Amino acid sequence: MAASSKVMRPGARGSRLARREAVEGYVWLLPWIVGFLAFTIGPLGASLYLGFTDWNGVESPQWIGLENYTSLFTSDPLFWQSLKVTFLFAAMYLPLSLLIGFTLALIMNQSIAGIRIFRTLYYLPSVVSGVAVAVLWWFVFNRDYGVLNWLLGLFGIPPVDWLQSEFWALPALVIMELWRVGGSIIIYLAGLQGIPTELYDSALVDGAGWWRRLWYITIPMMSPTIFFNLVMGIIGTLQIFTQAYIITQGGPNYATYFYALNIYNTAFSALRLGYASAMAWVLFVIILLLTLVVFRWGKAWVYYAGEKETRA
Amino acid sequence: MKIGISTQGVARGTEVRPLGRTPAWWKRFFRLTITYLFLTATSILFLIPFAWMISTSLKPQDQIFVYPIQWVPHPFIWGNYEQVFEQVPFFRYILNTMLITGVGVIGSLTGSSIAAYSFARMRFPGKNFLFLVMLSTVMVPGWVTLIPSYIGFHLLGWLDTYKPILVPAFFASPVNTFLLRQFFLTISPELEDAARIDGCSTFRVFWNIILPLSKPAMIIIAIFAFFYYWNDFLGPLIYLQTQDKFPLSLGVASFVSEMSSNYALTMAAASMALMPCILLFFLAQRWFVQGVVITGVKG
Repeated sequence: MAASSKVMRPGARGSRLARREAVEGYVWLLPWIVGFLAFTIGPLGASLYLGFTDWNGVESPQWIGLENYTSLFTSDPLFWQSLKVTFLFAAMYLPLSLLIGFTLALIMNQSIAGIRIFRTLYYLPSVVSGVAVAVLWWFVFNRDYGVLNWLLGLFGIPPVDWLQSEFWALPALVIMELWRVGGSIIIYLAGLQGIPTELYDSALVDGAGWWRRLWYITIPMMSPTIFFNLVMGIIGTLQIFTQAYIITQGGPNYATYFYALNIYNTAFSALRLGYASAMAWVLFVIILLLTLVVFRWGKAWVYYAGEKETRA
Repeated sequence: MKIGISTQGVARGTEVRPLGRTPAWWKRFFRLTITYLFLTATSILFLIPFAWMISTSLKPQDQIFVYPIQWVPHPFIWGNYEQVFEQVPFFRYILNTMLITGVGVIGSLTGSSIAAYSFARMRFPGKNFLFLVMLSTVMVPGWVTLIPSYIGFHLLGWLDTYKPILVPAFFASPVNTFLLRQFFLTISPELEDAARIDGCSTFRVFWNIILPLSKPAMIIIAIFAFFYYWNDFLGPLIYLQTQDKFPLSLGVASFVSEMSSNYALTMAAASMALMPCILLFFLAQRWFVQGVVITGVKG
């Protein structure tokens, strides 16, 4: 090593060791560095470039400047439709999932026996995902033989043509997603049990009723958890694919044409790779903006007890 | 586990109006009854789709179309399951899925534990910056990198192989790396120092001390990786063409599009695809709950 040939001065030995340690550190970091370059930043840059080109994957890409983006925003009704579908879904799904998940967690947060069994049962649907679940729900929504209409029939509600109706197809997918609310129940339950009991005790002493305690203690203390679930929920919704691909193929009449499905079709059916890259970048920017906005907005109402270090 | 039962203010406060002269015992009794009724009803609601799937998968064709629903098949047609295997190479799908899932789990553990050890223990310039970079990549949606990755794998001649799905598994994913780094930081460095003084290499310290102590975090990552690779659909859909290479996700999807009117067979196929996940869930429940809590609350 170079350092060893130099005149020994205090710290030189330390710096040699430090350098060795640094090299070792980088070597051990290679799995991430290589993956980051090859599977994240490289493709990210490539798709940014492709977004400015016209490319069918066979001939070489033609640079067309901002044309993809201008036609996306000005003359592509399907782009707007898929955005509308995706945000409509989020607008229905996120509040409902918060309401149902939080309510169930509140009810389960009692000192009664058997809570674990219920927790298991609620959580079960959210561990399964993908094609098999989509296939299962595709049959659940069947108008004539489906179990959902049977269930509604027990309450005297006439059968709904879930998947064939432009109006009901999207709510159907919301219902299917709400079935998987168990993951957020567990997260809320853990959050609820992390609230110091003293807070409730002193509120009880002050004579605060159930609603007041919920409103002034539980909800403020839970706001970081709720907030985190909200951010993840938005990002997840923007990337919904398998359900729509298997169950509705985006139909009827594009009523469930999710944004990710639109990217997939544009890239792999229409082979408009440049255009699809532009769409993907629009998605990326939307996610960045939303995360930023929610974080800004979150500062106004999210209450972090104590310090931030523990959350690092 | 501490999530189970605890005494809390919220619980005690549930308001039920006192019923005339009824003592507090009655109040509590009614509250508990209502709570249990409600919890039971909702959990039945959550389970109905599963029950119905299994019931349908065992029915003769004509009973599927009986309405109102006949819940218990008569007779049980186990042959529906056999037929799935006769119609398509279902056994092959299962083996393929096991291969993909196995390698995927190993890859996820290997890459992220190595990178996480570097982030947790080693000192080098730019570490904090790189760590921030890694965290920020969580926000990059897979859809943005999908097209160039596809092109890249195409150029490498990797299409219609498992490489596009499995090779990236070995390169540390940010979420797993973050999770493991947090866990490694909770391990006291004194053990490692002692081992180093005894002349252990970094790798031996990592392998013999850190990894065994990190079992809980590794199990959680393995479970989540299992579910990810078992259910992954988009990857196989894009990269695989030959039917013999299909995993269950893609196999079931193509089976259903061929057999869409044969509900018993499609439900049998769906049941078989779901069964391992459900079994694993019951076996590894406590890890699950911990995993969800760690990834969800501490984020």
